[in-house]
Amino acid sequence: MSELRDLYQEMILDHGKRPRNFGPLPEANRHADGHNPLCGDKVTVAVVLKDGKVADVRFTGQGCAISMASASLMTEAIKGKTEAELRAMFQKFHTGLTGADDAQAASVLAGLDKLAVFGGVRDYPVRVKCATLPWHTLIAALDRAAQPAKTE
Amino acid sequence: MTVMRPVPSSGASGLDVAAVRRDFPILARPVHGKRLVYLDSAASAQKPRQVIEAERHVYEAEYANIHRGVYALSEAATAAYEGAREKVRAFLNAAEAREIVLVRGATEAINLVAQSYGRAFLKAGDEVLITEIEHHANIVPWQMLREDRGIVLKVAPVNDAGDLDLDAFARLIGPRTRLVAVAHVANALGTILPVEEITKLAKARGCTVLIDGCQAVPHQAVDVRALGCDFYVFSGHKLYAPTGIGALYGRAELLEKMPPWQGGGDMIRSVTFEKTEYNELPWKFEAGTPHIAGAIGLGAAIDYVHGLGYDAITAHDAELTEYAVGALSKLPKVRVIGTPRRRLGVVSFVIEGAHPHDIGMILDRDAVCVRAGHHCAQPTMDRFCVPATVRASFGVYNGRDDVDALIAALRNVEKVLQL
Repeated sequence: MSELRDLYQEMILDHGKRPRNFGPLPEANRHADGHNPLCGDKVTVAVVLKDGKVADVRFTGQGCAISMASASLMTEAIKGKTEAELRAMFQKFHTGLTGADDAQAASVLAGLDKLAVFGGVRDYPVRVKCATLPWHTLIAALDRAAQPAKTE
Repeated sequence: MTVMRPVPSSGASGLDVAAVRRDFPILARPVHGKRLVYLDSAASAQKPRQVIEAERHVYEAEYANIHRGVYALSEAATAAYEGAREKVRAFLNAAEAREIVLVRGATEAINLVAQSYGRAFLKAGDEVLITEIEHHANIVPWQMLREDRGIVLKVAPVNDAGDLDLDAFARLIGPRTRLVAVAHVANALGTILPVEEITKLAKARGCTVLIDGCQAVPHQAVDVRALGCDFYVFSGHKLYAPTGIGALYGRAELLEKMPPWQGGGDMIRSVTFEKTEYNELPWKFEAGTPHIAGAIGLGAAIDYVHGLGYDAITAHDAELTEYAVGALSKLPKVRVIGTPRRRLGVVSFVIEGAHPHDIGMILDRDAVCVRAGHHCAQPTMDRFCVPATVRASFGVYNGRDDVDALIAALRNVEKVLQL
């Protein structure tokens, strides 16, 4: 139960149930669909990229609490960021969830502000894909990928 | 209010669940420090000691390749393998052992029929009729045949209860319908399909009938001659047998006419570079060295379920399924998917405000194993407008205490997710 609380923290439950920046974004100039075939999570990320920065971002989709919360918190975290900044952010997020060295992963995550709440996902390898799906989708959108983003 | 029972109830069925559990070594293994509550037998059943030991015995005492050796060991292995085929024949009440093709599982069996029967006898515009609640294994092989041969795939609808609309089904059988392929029991909902009526309707219109019995054979006796179907397929691993072994029953008359679908050793009588003469049934369809130990394990699994007796198994599984549906329905946030007239072995549900993936993982911390997802039946999910469900499914080792453990663990889900 206590371990589960580490995973399903208040902030994750809150964003999972009441996702921020949820809905279509018709004026988007970058978008991509992501799909996790294992559990059926689906997410669409739409970005207005202006002067190399994220002017606006919204998402739609359905999935587990972890994937929805991750998408919601991601949209909050990347607004106003440059493309280079958010790619670096994803690198850190990924390392924080999957890096072999616990201490290093924890310190990298700690530098990511609210996103550090996903630290509990480290203990559940099958859930890492839930947390990273929105980010993979975002990167696919920026790369203008024609294919849906996948977590594997 | 559910009562926790320290001893599994055998219910009214006469199956001694406590004794059955002692046959399954894995059930003695704690998970996260708790008693394992295995409610995923529809995905794959656990194995009794009798099956594990039969497979071990093959490798320790009578293993060699079959149909080849002139030595005693090979003869013993061949006899054991063919003995297993005979057990499958008796299990399905087929007329002859040559009507039983041993394959990797139901998926391979359906692909065999689609590739061999389908490519030989179905032409562009011919129709294959399935239902809306099929497993992907009874959808995709026909779609592949559609790509390859231009056949038409028709889908008979189910109603909101999850029951097949038999009138609509009958109307969909047209002059071009050649093959009807349906599940005996639907894997995501547990609906028992009226395969007797389906077969009668389809045969009266001259169609070939294939029944996918994967979710039926673990729970009820099957008599292919009484059913009158042309093909019946099942996977061993859902019937307490090893993985990688299953069976295709086909009426001899049809199998005789069908071309082989894989070429290689064992399926030939003679080979020259100019011409190959194929072996007779059933070996014509068994190219390459088969899963010898798996087949013998399947024979042991059949002996095992016969030892328990299908009267007791069917009564037990039906009673437990009904108990689970009743207990789940009492939880205010739970919605059971489908209310079919007859359901067996499986119950699917969703919880308002919670995704099945989260539910499945939280249940796991209480050592409750369920399937969370689309159950290889995405069209079923679409039909009921859910992205995924949680599915609890039952085997001979499950008792009411397992359902009670599921219910208790679901209350914990509500706490963790603050529903």
